[in-house]
Amino acid sequence: MAEKKREEGQLKIGSENNFIDTLGKFQELELEDVELEIGELELWIQPGTGAVAIQSTEKKSKPSQIVETKFEPPIMEYPGQVLEVILGATKGEGGSRSKTFTIGGERTLPYYSFESNMPNPPVISFDVFDTKIPLAKPVRAQVEEVLEDPPAWAKLSVDKFGAEMVNLHLISIDPLIKDTSPKEAAKTVENVLQAVDVPIAIGGCGDPSKDMKVFEKVAEVSEGERLLFNSVTLDMDIEKMANLMNKYGHIVIAFTSMNLDDAKELNRKLFEFMPRERIVIDTTTAALGYGLDYAFTVMERTRISGLMGDDQLQNPMSSGTTNAWAAREAWMKMEPEWGTREQRGPIWETVTALTLLLAGVDYFMMMHPSAVRTVKDVIGNLMKSKISKPEKYAEWIKMKI
Amino acid sequence: MSERETKKSSIKEISPLDVYKLLPRTNCKVCGEENCMAFATKLVNQEILLESCTPLLEEGKYKKNYQKIWDMVKPPVRSVTIGTGENAVTIGGEFVMYRHEFTYYNPTAIAIDISDEMTKEEIGNRSKLIQNFEYHYIGQNLRLDLIAVRSTSSVPEKFSIAVKEVIKNTNLPLILCSHNPEVVKAGLKASEGKRPLIYAATKDNWLEMTELASTYNSPLVVSAPNDLDLLRSLSNTILEYGIEDIVLDSGTFPNEGLGKNINNLTMLRRASCKKYDELLGFPLMGNPMVVWFENTKSIEDVKWKEAYLASMLITRYSDIIVLHSLDGWVLLPLVILRENLYTDPRKPVAVDAELKVIGKPNENSPVLFTTNFALTYYTVASDIEKIDCYLIVIDTEGLSVESAVAGRKLTADKVGEAIKEFEIEKKVKHKKLIIPGRAARLSGEIEEVTGWDVLVGPLDSSGIIKFLNEKWKVGEIASK
Repeated sequence: MAEKKREEGQLKIGSENNFIDTLGKFQELELEDVELEIGELELWIQPGTGAVAIQSTEKKSKPSQIVETKFEPPIMEYPGQVLEVILGATKGEGGSRSKTFTIGGERTLPYYSFESNMPNPPVISFDVFDTKIPLAKPVRAQVEEVLEDPPAWAKLSVDKFGAEMVNLHLISIDPLIKDTSPKEAAKTVENVLQAVDVPIAIGGCGDPSKDMKVFEKVAEVSEGERLLFNSVTLDMDIEKMANLMNKYGHIVIAFTSMNLDDAKELNRKLFEFMPRERIVIDTTTAALGYGLDYAFTVMERTRISGLMGDDQLQNPMSSGTTNAWAAREAWMKMEPEWGTREQRGPIWETVTALTLLLAGVDYFMMMHPSAVRTVKDVIGNLMKSKISKPEKYAEWIKMKI
Repeated sequence: MSERETKKSSIKEISPLDVYKLLPRTNCKVCGEENCMAFATKLVNQEILLESCTPLLEEGKYKKNYQKIWDMVKPPVRSVTIGTGENAVTIGGEFVMYRHEFTYYNPTAIAIDISDEMTKEEIGNRSKLIQNFEYHYIGQNLRLDLIAVRSTSSVPEKFSIAVKEVIKNTNLPLILCSHNPEVVKAGLKASEGKRPLIYAATKDNWLEMTELASTYNSPLVVSAPNDLDLLRSLSNTILEYGIEDIVLDSGTFPNEGLGKNINNLTMLRRASCKKYDELLGFPLMGNPMVVWFENTKSIEDVKWKEAYLASMLITRYSDIIVLHSLDGWVLLPLVILRENLYTDPRKPVAVDAELKVIGKPNENSPVLFTTNFALTYYTVASDIEKIDCYLIVIDTEGLSVESAVAGRKLTADKVGEAIKEFEIEKKVKHKKLIIPGRAARLSGEIEEVTGWDVLVGPLDSSGIIKFLNEKWKVGEIASK
């Protein structure tokens, strides 16, 4: 009120008449720093012009009952929307998967269901490697039997651990590891596609030229399967990769290292050659305690920018959550007071995943079955978002444990 | 006006000039800054307290200006201090919803519960465990902040005894938890002068609780499970009563209620940070220990749920949380997560590129290098702090070893330049360089460029000591 008066500059206390006229324009008046001497000033208000409430900010009478107010949910409008991307293809769609997943499509920030519901639950995919690699002990214990048998590893992930998808990481193609040939690598992919009927993602080794050679072969032998290729980077031949995806009907992850400008640049380049609905973005995941804050913030900024209309950042987001195991607290033996690594490791992966879930991740690559189960449960519960008898939980004070 | 509303802008939109105009403009330097403009700049970046400008506070003619500046720069979420003295905890004081918009300020305070039906010994032991919890993490000691004494007995005398017992064993600030004003009163008497947080004023007891908060000058939690109309009304009422140190509790729910937690907390924080709703501009509370309502077969499962629920509450705006689990594996991810999220994102992620002299190296001591990414550097430095050696910190524009190698920010040429720049060849007699395991790809090139022999170190710097003991043949390794 005081603001309004000042802004409009209409209140001029020149004469009593003028003051009363002015009062009539307002529904309510708050007097501050004004000393009223009774008798000197007479206020009379004409009927119908509203009441004058003179309120002292110094001494309020103490309320004896609840002064009721309403809560208005602070809803925001978002001009943008996250794209929907479909992973996998069934027989009818030119592939051989038993089902497909749609990710993305959000019109609001993650799980702000007071604004609108999340259209698609995020998908969790299990990591499978094509060769024996050093794994943290609690993870290795789960997959010990299948370490050198990717199809069996994939099958175990689906049948026993309930994997929605499988990420087959072709790390043996690395010239510094086994330098597996594109043909051999493609064979492994075919075997895994035979072993399980869920949609599949294919990871390279990080060597841009070798990855390209292998992806070419793999894309060809799996034509129509809508595999998720992990990944295309700025130092690869972007046009070639995009054409590969177009030609054989696949999806690609655009990977950058925690840098929004890079993420935008890569998307800009990809958009020239391929449809936006075939791109998922990964801005890099760092472990809890080892840069998770950067990863979280880059993802949060990506999602906010996309919803606010930046069309270079409107793709669903992927996270290599398995990176959580790089944290020492996840894999190292510590003093007994910190628990076993079988306890610490999975909770590390879980907390890393849930933090990024709240930043907007749509596709998780994970490793430990307990962590996956938990994140899946949480996603299910977040999608429901309901509560019966909330008062019951106020009694936590008296709860006997 | 029945509701308080102010026109306020985000802290990011305030120009130092707006503040400067209202300052004394005498450049008196009392605040420690060179001039009033420098003070104004620091103030809008929240790097200096308004109170450091003592003329503004002390001279009557500036009174109005002080108030105007305060209204401009005060956080939309009030800071509330619990406890007194050096162990006091301040919560809230937040300016933004998303940390990249500015920074978060006061890390989520973590409280552990104690029941008034525990034995004297149990209370004593648990208090000490809570107080002594400590984890060293990149140059910091991560600790727990408060003890929440719950009256499971609902008997004032019992509560009083328990509170006294806790105070005897620890100097951590307290939360006094009961819906019964008589019980809380007994607790307040037992902790007089310690300014505990009162939990909680509800629609049924708010008048008595508010009077207690007023009499004992204590902050007060206002609780309305999943009812934001009521929460706002209670806050409104209590503010009218004259209590301003308020904490809001919209309830915490496990399982299917997880989404309600996220929604309620997000709406409350948005109402204060984006809409400047002064009735809701207070710190928010979460109670992950509600998971203990569940009767599951395995206690391990309940602890697991408590850990991840707490992590979600830390990520989504809780300024204070109460847990029951005291297990290291439950608390460790939480203290680290809050440390991560409350790190100032405006601060560079890089440390200076320089030569670090660790211990007292001699001409036979090992020479290692790492990158200037702060996390990498601090991790390596703490792993080798007991060895005498030289550590070259290479400017990789703040990238970790792996990313820097991949992104060509760490190259053999850069290593060569660093060796020259820091005159390593004058400091040691040997020419053996230990490189990070994750930079193994560069070993051949580094040998070519520098003329030094490369020893490829371990993938993780925790293995450096073992590596040196096995592989370092030049001189003896002084590992203390």
